[in-house]
Amino acid sequence: MLGYLVRRIFAAVPVMGVVALFVFLLLRLTPGDPAAILAGDNATPERLERIRASLGLNEPLIVQFITWVNKLLHGDLGTSLISNLPVMKMIGQRVEPSISIALCTIILAVIVAVPLGVIAAWKHGTWIDRFVMGLSVLGFSVPVFVVGYILIEVFAIDLRWVPVQGFRSIFNGFGPFFERMILPTCALSFIYIALIARMTRAAMLDVLGEDYVRTARAKGINEVAVMMRHALRNAAVPVITVIGTGFALLISGVVVTESVFNIPGIGRLTVDAVLARDYPVIQAMILLTSLIYVVVNLLIDVAYTLLDPRIRY
Amino acid sequence: MTNTVLDINNLVVSVGKKPGGPKIIDGISIQVRERETLCLVGESGSGKSVTSLTTMGLLPKGTLVPTSGSIKLVGEELLTATDRRLRQLRATQMAMIFQEPMTALNPVVPVGRQIDEVLRAHTDLDARARRKRILDMMEQVHLPQVERIFASYPHRLSGGQRQRIMIAMALVLEPKLLIADEPTTALDVTTQKQILSLIRELQRDHGTAVLFITHDMGVVAEIADRVAVMRQGRLVETGPLETVLRNPTMEYTRNLLASVPSLVPRPPREESREPIVLEANELGKVYKERAFFGKGREVVAADKVTLTLRKGRTLGIVGESGSGKSTVARCIVRLIDPTSGGVRLAGREIADISRRLLQPHRQKIQIVFQDPYRSLNPRVTVGESIAEGPINYGVAHTDAMKRARELLELVGLPADAVSRYPHQFSGGQRQRIAIARALALDPDVLVADEAVSALDVSVQAQVLELLDEIQKRLGIAILFITHDLRVAAQICDEVVVMQHGRVVEQGPAAEVLTHPREAYTKALLDAAPGRNWDFANFRPVSEGVVATL
Repeated sequence: MLGYLVRRIFAAVPVMGVVALFVFLLLRLTPGDPAAILAGDNATPERLERIRASLGLNEPLIVQFITWVNKLLHGDLGTSLISNLPVMKMIGQRVEPSISIALCTIILAVIVAVPLGVIAAWKHGTWIDRFVMGLSVLGFSVPVFVVGYILIEVFAIDLRWVPVQGFRSIFNGFGPFFERMILPTCALSFIYIALIARMTRAAMLDVLGEDYVRTARAKGINEVAVMMRHALRNAAVPVITVIGTGFALLISGVVVTESVFNIPGIGRLTVDAVLARDYPVIQAMILLTSLIYVVVNLLIDVAYTLLDPRIRY
Repeated sequence: MTNTVLDINNLVVSVGKKPGGPKIIDGISIQVRERETLCLVGESGSGKSVTSLTTMGLLPKGTLVPTSGSIKLVGEELLTATDRRLRQLRATQMAMIFQEPMTALNPVVPVGRQIDEVLRAHTDLDARARRKRILDMMEQVHLPQVERIFASYPHRLSGGQRQRIMIAMALVLEPKLLIADEPTTALDVTTQKQILSLIRELQRDHGTAVLFITHDMGVVAEIADRVAVMRQGRLVETGPLETVLRNPTMEYTRNLLASVPSLVPRPPREESREPIVLEANELGKVYKERAFFGKGREVVAADKVTLTLRKGRTLGIVGESGSGKSTVARCIVRLIDPTSGGVRLAGREIADISRRLLQPHRQKIQIVFQDPYRSLNPRVTVGESIAEGPINYGVAHTDAMKRARELLELVGLPADAVSRYPHQFSGGQRQRIAIARALALDPDVLVADEAVSALDVSVQAQVLELLDEIQKRLGIAILFITHDLRVAAQICDEVVVMQHGRVVEQGPAAEVLTHPREAYTKALLDAAPGRNWDFANFRPVSEGVVATL
């Protein structure tokens, strides 16, 4: 197991290397002078020269790459062209809201969706099944901002139970954090509940036809034990995959939700950077996103081996 | 007077809840007494499994419904029992083992815990007492190193060991009734023999009544006290073993018994002087498992296999699972690449030529696979499937379709079957289609990889007859891979016996299967179920020998 982990982490190095190279070349290989791109449309010649020097653009490409990677490894992702703040610091500020909302959403979605999927599969073909599947279609088709605004209208404006929008760090007290987290989490989890419930149901239906489920029933154990102990664990692998990739998707930015609820997260940072052509930030975001996917995939694979003893790497 | 444990009376099971739906089981009545084994025999679709699942209350809800009759277990009616009561009765009063030990156990739970679940659900024993009882039961089913196996996951165990676990799980609470649904069908003959004698032994020790479901007459002869023959949901005939095997009263039973291939090889054909069409020379296949760190593992699937096949002859490769017989077949057809040795097809070495150079030779050797349900593309018409090969070799579409019609008639199907899809045919018909597909390329050699193993005996007999007839008409050579010595005895001129990737013994079928020289071949023959019965002649083999003297 440990050996496997070490191997997987080593295997991630070339992946990240390729991504880094791509990000590096993004600026250098775009037509025109990178310094001009970085400086923007109204730059003075002096400013251009300054940028050129700071990027080492007069050096050979390979030297530039090594310098860049070296900086990267020391946590230096460059400076934003817009705010003039270090990119590392900008991302640092945005990570907590994004992680908070991703974690809350995925936890809520799993808690609601997995039992829904299990029940739908167990009562396959009955009105319960159709009801759950109907909910899931609804979850897929209603856009997150519609759900978001409805929730705000009802719970924040009419009932005044929670604040309309904003974000408080959990380190400044759980109460304020929690109040502001409820609505975006609910709004965002809608589609994930739909997705995970569907996946769970499909995986469970597959497994319920297996011989060992029949064996479990032949033992005379009750249906709950048949479902949970025998069926669900075997159905878990595809469900975990969906949960994992869903989580990666969430963490790397949910622009609409962040905008609706005015949450300063990674998603908005990325969109702002793209619109302003803030290249250092864009580069950092690409790197971060790939890193998230690599890590999440590693975790998914580790989860497989824990769930299914037949999977050995 | 022994007590009746299971009493099924006039049971009817229909499709769907509405009255008037098609009847899957139509008025069957059987009784099983204490210490007795009743064999329920029938071909696929006869309703024998539905009968057993109805008894256990395990029918898929809503699709199959018992509509009338009664099932009494030690006097208690099961059809009207609540779900709760049925759960209580399962494992304590009635237990079941299934056909596929490979899939009947939960792959993600250690086997000890799976047995433990039965005890936790039905007893108040504490953890230590439960463990002791499980280990004791595991010893009773003759599992080695019970402590280790207790903590093992199913995939670490062999098929035989898994079936022993299933038996231990079924009998740990000493139920009155054990239902065994084809429990040895998926196992090798030697393992099958052990499992059959284990069931016998435990039945004797615990006084269990056994309802044993099988399609295999050999197994019936080994284990039954009484036999009930089923066909299309009805009971055809029932009676004591000897009576049914010697004097079957019904036509269907007679035909069923007559279709069982005899273990006595057919009379040998004359020595052939025809040219050799296929030669394997010291053929070897080694699977290498590459490891990231340290040394990789090597598995020798076939080792120095040498065989020759002449035009118009049939060579059988027999052996148990894992013996390498299918590996050899696949190497010869070059579906996989051999790692050493040579294959000469019609005088041309093909073992190591490239895929592109191999292409013109492919049509000279064709293969028919085991499972006719999975070897035909369900979305392509039968005609297109058959014509695809010739079209690949440049035959015009209309000519290829014309040929497909001829071939379908050759294999005994109507020519208009070309425009139909595989699902419209039965298993036996599909295997005929598969044979027609293989013949479409006019091969010199036909490889049949367990081609009749998935078929019912009566269908099996027809397909074997078809292969024989085709061989006579076309002079094709057949390489016949099988685990079934009875089938080998009826179709092969020569046989090669394989074990652990090696050839143990080879020679004329009449010689090898009657006077085996090697211990392994002897063991295989000895394990063949019902070897003492000559089913087709309704008498024990020993009486037949006396009669011919």
